[in-house]
Amino acid sequence: MGNEHELDAPTDMNMNLMEVCKSYDLPVDGTCGGMAMCASCQVYIETDHVSLEKSNDEQAMLDEAWHVQDNSRLGCQIPITSKLNGLKLKIAPEVVEDNEW
Amino acid sequence: MIKTDIIIIGAGPVGLFTVFEAGLLKLKCHLIDALPITGGQCAEIYPKKPIYDIPGYPEILAGDLVDNLMNQIKPFNPGFTLGETALNIEKLANDQFIVTTKEGTQHQAPVVAIAGGLGVFIPRKPPIQNISSFENKGINYIVKDPDLFKDKRIVISGGGDSALDWALYFANGFCSEVTLIHRSQQFRAHPDSVQRAMDLANNGKLKIILDSEVLELEGEDHLESLTIKTKNADNSIISTDYWLPLFGLTPKLGPIANWGLEIEKNAIVVDNSKDYSTNIEGIYAIGDVNTYPGKLKLILCGFHEGTIMVQSAFKRIYPNKNHVLKYTTVTGIVGFENK
Repeated sequence: MGNEHELDAPTDMNMNLMEVCKSYDLPVDGTCGGMAMCASCQVYIETDHVSLEKSNDEQAMLDEAWHVQDNSRLGCQIPITSKLNGLKLKIAPEVVEDNEW
Repeated sequence: MIKTDIIIIGAGPVGLFTVFEAGLLKLKCHLIDALPITGGQCAEIYPKKPIYDIPGYPEILAGDLVDNLMNQIKPFNPGFTLGETALNIEKLANDQFIVTTKEGTQHQAPVVAIAGGLGVFIPRKPPIQNISSFENKGINYIVKDPDLFKDKRIVISGGGDSALDWALYFANGFCSEVTLIHRSQQFRAHPDSVQRAMDLANNGKLKIILDSEVLELEGEDHLESLTIKTKNADNSIISTDYWLPLFGLTPKLGPIANWGLEIEKNAIVVDNSKDYSTNIEGIYAIGDVNTYPGKLKLILCGFHEGTIMVQSAFKRIYPNKNHVLKYTTVTGIVGFENK
């Protein structure tokens, strides 16, 4: 949608990026609940705060997602830590288009 | 016309358990689900994943939970319309509801319980511009009747169990030509299936193209060829009769959104202070598909909602009968015989 949102993410609640987005009512489904079984939380990492290395499971889901880029990650596979302070990311178009609101 | 006491739209764990609670009140149920199997998300997305928050089960596989529920509701002989999507609900003058599926199957009942979970599971479709013009004209997202592909040239895309299972099924002489295309070098399907596919490829019975995806579709009235994009190589063209993009299913609210129900953020607004009824009298929504202040999308919450809902359904169906809550420890389970 092109809207920018600044999010405060708690580092003491064992949350991941997908859950933080959902807690702010952003259009992220997280259909599988965060098990890297659906790719409905695909994001593009735009800063250096997060490694672009992925587990086999995460890569396997991205292998069948749409609009995948080199900087794609599944939000549910990125735990929130203080090291993420300042992270910039974009929600993948498949995720946004799939949401009806 | 299938007639029952409660039409349950959605045969996931919450829909299934509602059959049990309804059965205790001697109410018969018929379930409709777009999936060809019962179990909803548990069966479709994560059957082998353990769940840790089902009361009484420190750990239970999602698929085993579904099996247990199917056993639990067996005494109450529920009916099932599976593999069909509930398309519309019509309320008659006598307060009965008719629920009709896309396939034309009609169901009638005084009560409808929507236990639709995250929505109806529909195939994930590749974002190729003209793909819809070839649907059922060379492109199929689901294999309903394998005979359609007998002696034909087919291309299958995907890296999961569905793609591999169908490639293995069709490759042993059933089709004249089978090609499996996957975007990377690794499949996420069962290793045994992958090995069998590789063996077939080595024997010339299956063509596997890795690091590739379908880019374009060509054809007049029917699909005729696919343009394939391959990493670090030129595009290529494959002539084919059918393309099966098997990229799994995704849930969408779908037709539910068109039934005149109050919807908020892809969920049905219900009255949680009473009975999980919607804004249409006689229609309830339970489980992940509903929303209310404080809602938790947990299976155990859906179990509770279904239990409360059927009490209200009973009063709607039998307004002149008084019902007294009986404990199953007192009465046991008295199933339906040929009801």
